[in-house]
Amino acid sequence: MAAPTVVTRKLTKEYGEARVVDELDLRLLPGEVFGLLGPNGAGKTTTILMLLGLIEPTSGQVEVLGLDPTRNPLTVKSRVGYLPDAVGFYDSMTGFENLRFTADLNRIPAKEARGRIEQLLFEVGLAEASGQKAGEYSRGMKQRLGIADALLKRPEVLILDEPTTAIDPEGVADILAMIRNLADHQQVTVLLSSHLLHQVQAVCDRVAIFVKGEVVAQGSPRDLASRTRGPEEVELVTTSNESILRRSVDGRRFVHSVAAGRLPGSYMIEVDRGATRQLVAALVEGGVEIDAVRRASDDLDEVYRRYFRQENVSV
Amino acid sequence: MVARKEFTDHLHSGRFVSLAALLAVVAGAAVFAASRFIRSVAVETEGVPALFLKIFTFTDDPVPFPLVVFIGFLGPLLGIMFGFDAISGERSQGTLPRLLAQPIHRDEVILGKFVGGLAIIALLLTSLTTFVAGIGIFRLGLFPAPTEIARLLVWLMVAIIYVGFWQALATLTSVTVRRAATSAMIAVGVWIVLTIFGGFLFQALSAVLANPDDESSSLRAELLISRLSPFTLYTETSTVLLDPTQRTTGLVTFEQISQALVSNLSIPQSLLVVWPQIVGLLAMTTALFAIAFVLFMRQEVRA
Repeated sequence: MAAPTVVTRKLTKEYGEARVVDELDLRLLPGEVFGLLGPNGAGKTTTILMLLGLIEPTSGQVEVLGLDPTRNPLTVKSRVGYLPDAVGFYDSMTGFENLRFTADLNRIPAKEARGRIEQLLFEVGLAEASGQKAGEYSRGMKQRLGIADALLKRPEVLILDEPTTAIDPEGVADILAMIRNLADHQQVTVLLSSHLLHQVQAVCDRVAIFVKGEVVAQGSPRDLASRTRGPEEVELVTTSNESILRRSVDGRRFVHSVAAGRLPGSYMIEVDRGATRQLVAALVEGGVEIDAVRRASDDLDEVYRRYFRQENVSV
Repeated sequence: MVARKEFTDHLHSGRFVSLAALLAVVAGAAVFAASRFIRSVAVETEGVPALFLKIFTFTDDPVPFPLVVFIGFLGPLLGIMFGFDAISGERSQGTLPRLLAQPIHRDEVILGKFVGGLAIIALLLTSLTTFVAGIGIFRLGLFPAPTEIARLLVWLMVAIIYVGFWQALATLTSVTVRRAATSAMIAVGVWIVLTIFGGFLFQALSAVLANPDDESSSLRAELLISRLSPFTLYTETSTVLLDPTQRTTGLVTFEQISQALVSNLSIPQSLLVVWPQIVGLLAMTTALFAIAFVLFMRQEVRA
């Protein structure tokens, strides 16, 4: 097995009394896409900054590409690409010029830099806008420019903080495809932090769920789903009246609760594990119009919610 | 690298262009006015020492301020303009985390900002001085002697350090304060207090510290305290450097002067007189920058 590219051992960061990151253990492999999930303030950005050597840990160890980022900042930063949350650029310079500045700082020779910049701008869809001042870019465009910026040095490890926020769905698909491609074909280790769980689920090999500085669960999205025991959530979309729905499941032992879903006409029904078929039968019997039935339990946001709801979780 | 980018950024920026234009206009006007006077003097007297340099220091009607005084008062503004958003600007544009994630030493960021700004300041001051000197040469037909050129150059360096002091101050405020506007206001505030209310402040302080009845000692105390202000240091230095007949910067009694022969100091001698001032100015500037440096290096990165 290839050597891990990012390792942390009992990584901890305290600010006075508060423990922002609590004994974090991570082990990322080349070619892996790893997701950091969690609410704001959970410690994701602090962890990322410690991986880059920009914040010093209170205790514990960090190893990126075999080096300690606080002791070897230049080497680590020359091989790790970083896209910060709400990335900013120099407004008075064009997109191209901004990237060229980054290329200079990374000591990429001018001619080669030009080629790489043009290529990357094309890949992120900014080829036409490269001559515009960065101050005129929309949030989504800045995000794309940021990705190009992080990839300029051809990094072995790519760290993305909320990479798909503020980007239209088509753009998101492009970026996720790009990330997946980098991991699969160039063995880049990608670490991304996000709260957009659907997107994370689509592209990550493994995820870690962060709550208040602690990782409460780590594994592939499917692993995490199967690890939480308990009832299943089924999403039902129906045009029928809620009363008809409730009457059809009334008295059924395998149904725990019926709650309104996010959109009108959708409902989240909690049933015993494996009881989806019985639920459907009951609905049909009760005359409920079924537009769609979906097992929602393996969705990452379901998993996520369950971790917050449940007291005992087997990790 | 950071310095180079800063330099070209400033060069293209609006503030540079407008400032350069403003300075050129005002300084040029002052020189034209001065040149009228000097022409009349030059006709009358031969052997006024360092006549050329008088262009820079002449202060009488109708000239409101010669270049030296002009820089003394407005130089700080120049320095502040190129320092106040050094770091706070990066923060507000959101570029700081991205910049620090590149393989450059963290100190290069703040050093580059300072050096880039100082280079622009040096460029402006040198151009201004050359401009004024040029007018002097062409309008008056006065050609500077080599010693005068040497004095001018030394003075120019001191002027740059003086403006650099204010740039360092503004850099310090930009490191400690989040918003660029606030950092500018603090720096400008210090400038106003020192320059406009300076005399009053020093008098008040010396009254507290020295015996108010003994006039000579209280005057001396006032002078001592005023030497803490970069403005005083700069003015004293400029006076001595640009006028070879000036040979003291302290208090002298009438008796001491009345018997003194008028003679000219050579350049090394002039330098010796104001050496403490120059060193003091340099030290204060360096100290301010050092504080800014250390604070920046220890700051947490958060965008």
